[in-house]
Amino acid sequence: MKSISLLGAALLDWFEAVGRAGIFLAQSIFRVPVRFNEAVRLLVQQLYSVGVLSLVIVVVSGAFIGMVLALQGYSILAKFGSEEAVGQLLALSLLRELAPVVTALLFAGRAGSSLTAEIGLMKATEQLSSFEMMGVDPLRRVIAPRFIAGVICLPLLSLIFSATGIMGGYVVSVNWLGVHDGAFWSQMQQSVYFDTDIINGFIKALCFSVAVTWIAVYQGYECVPTSEGIGKATTRTVVLGSLAILALDFVLTAAMFGDF
Amino acid sequence: MRSKRTELFVGCFIVLGVLAFVYLAVQVSGLAFSAKKDSYQIVARFDDIGGLTNRAKVTIAGVTVGSVESIVLDKELYMGLVTMNIDADVDNIPLDSSIAILTSGLLGEKYLGLSIGADDEMLGNGDEIYDTQSALVLETLISQFLFKSDSED
Amino acid sequence: MAVTEAYIKVQNVRFSRGGRMIYDDVSLTIPKGKITAVMGPSGTGKTTLLRLIAAQLTPDSGTILVDGQNVHALSRSALYKVRKKMGMLFQSGALFSDMSVAENIAFPMEEHTKLTRDEIATIVSSKLHSVGLRGAASLMPSELSGGMARRVALARAIALDPELVMYDEPFTGQDPISKGVLVKLIRQLNDDANITSVLVSHDVEESLSIADHVCILSGGTVIAEGSAAEIQASSDPQVVQFLKGEPDGPVPFHYPEDKHSEEAVI
Repeated sequence: MKSISLLGAALLDWFEAVGRAGIFLAQSIFRVPVRFNEAVRLLVQQLYSVGVLSLVIVVVSGAFIGMVLALQGYSILAKFGSEEAVGQLLALSLLRELAPVVTALLFAGRAGSSLTAEIGLMKATEQLSSFEMMGVDPLRRVIAPRFIAGVICLPLLSLIFSATGIMGGYVVSVNWLGVHDGAFWSQMQQSVYFDTDIINGFIKALCFSVAVTWIAVYQGYECVPTSEGIGKATTRTVVLGSLAILALDFVLTAAMFGDF
Repeated sequence: MRSKRTELFVGCFIVLGVLAFVYLAVQVSGLAFSAKKDSYQIVARFDDIGGLTNRAKVTIAGVTVGSVESIVLDKELYMGLVTMNIDADVDNIPLDSSIAILTSGLLGEKYLGLSIGADDEMLGNGDEIYDTQSALVLETLISQFLFKSDSED
Repeated sequence: MAVTEAYIKVQNVRFSRGGRMIYDDVSLTIPKGKITAVMGPSGTGKTTLLRLIAAQLTPDSGTILVDGQNVHALSRSALYKVRKKMGMLFQSGALFSDMSVAENIAFPMEEHTKLTRDEIATIVSSKLHSVGLRGAASLMPSELSGGMARRVALARAIALDPELVMYDEPFTGQDPISKGVLVKLIRQLNDDANITSVLVSHDVEESLSIADHVCILSGGTVIAEGSAAEIQASSDPQVVQFLKGEPDGPVPFHYPEDKHSEEAVI
């Protein structure tokens, strides 16, 4: 009996946490806006620290993943004499799965953790209380620009990841392994559809970006304001964020590509 | 100055993202930005569509002239009813042409191949091709071969 | 001591957090235009009192009237309006780490007034001048020493010319010179601008030296309230122990070993 009631209590706690996180998100986005110029300035600042600073890791991993895919794909496809299909393999696996998922995982580690740590530190040093004392809503001022910037950045990063991955794969398969240039592109273009592949991949990245950024800012805002608490919250952001990405990926893939 | 540089970087980042999108759309998916081509629809019924999918290409002499729009079951005849869009500028397909489900390569995708007939009348929107050849299904082939060799004994 | 008008009235406030009772029926008044020191041992929730007054926390029961308004019954926008009349100096300074010193002080004015950039710059430099840090305007908070950061935070707290300034442990972790500077600044601000000041501290000496009115909190209740002289003359054993810093007395040296400590372990 006790275990059942414990389970029930845990479930209720969980629902409560989800509810609190939902209210938190709604409040930070829909409350009284800060002045427009200020809002733009804050957003640009966050786009820089969330997006631009994540660019290097995304471009480098994209290029390498594309190159490795081309190598691996080539060695298997060559057995069937259809090494031209390496372009198709590369484009489909990147656009549909690897770009959104890997970019989101990198994003959770690079940008998500720093968002949590930054907000947590602002809480620990009473900067959030300080905003409140000055009659400025910290949700609107601190959380909203970070959340919006995160949601904008991840899909863009995912597109950049796909593009660099395909370029990297192109270099390896055409310039290095000697796949025919025209065949590489035409096979790719025949099998990649703009709406099912590119748009669906983009939608995936958008869903991941909402989930990861939401988790990151919420963990930062709700963390225990001590050095240990911030550390734990940062870890939770990466762990919960990654799990959310993988779980969402399964659901979205089933919904988008399940009937193929 | 600090914020000017930030703005510059953010601008570059967003432009880069948009460029990546355009690159993917044009170079990778081969999306053409010209207005959607005019097309007319024709239908064909097959005994077995055997793995043909939506948007499979329709070819004449190997040249793509259209794509499959939809595949449904004709409930009265128990046949696969395939609707396809043919580019409007290919308006001289004779009425008695035949159509077959073909496979590109040994393991490749299924596509439709039109063989031109000799009729003077041409196919128009909503017309049907009656001369159809279903997909080759490996199991059927094998059983036909076995049946034949049995009867010869 | 003449009875002055009360600016803040705390009436029968009870407050508990995490199942632990922090305030059990606290009532005190903070007179207008005076410096009130709220003292007490660590862990008696002195900072909590400031947060209750600012309505960042809500009491379980009881009311807090600030300038005649019950701050916990106000709507969000009305509360934000009341908060503009309050300045708070946080224990850590709480300067915004992504802004320079001048931007930090300008922030509340940019947010709440329609002053032009030049007007704000003039006020910023006069506020910085009043805390003696005009030369530090372009520094970032990370480049300041602890004492300087607290003075900048003080300049920011008074940027909107508030009626009430709350100081959360202003002397903690400061060297004697910084303490002296802060004592002087607090006194000066209070007298010049007729600000009501609330000072939360456990630094007995500094607090008593500037406070007009003193409250001592212990064990969730007010154990003494009165002028600095009255408090120093008090014979209450709890007050005496706190003021003299005796290790054992009504507040035992040993933490009680009851089931509370077991809960704490879990």
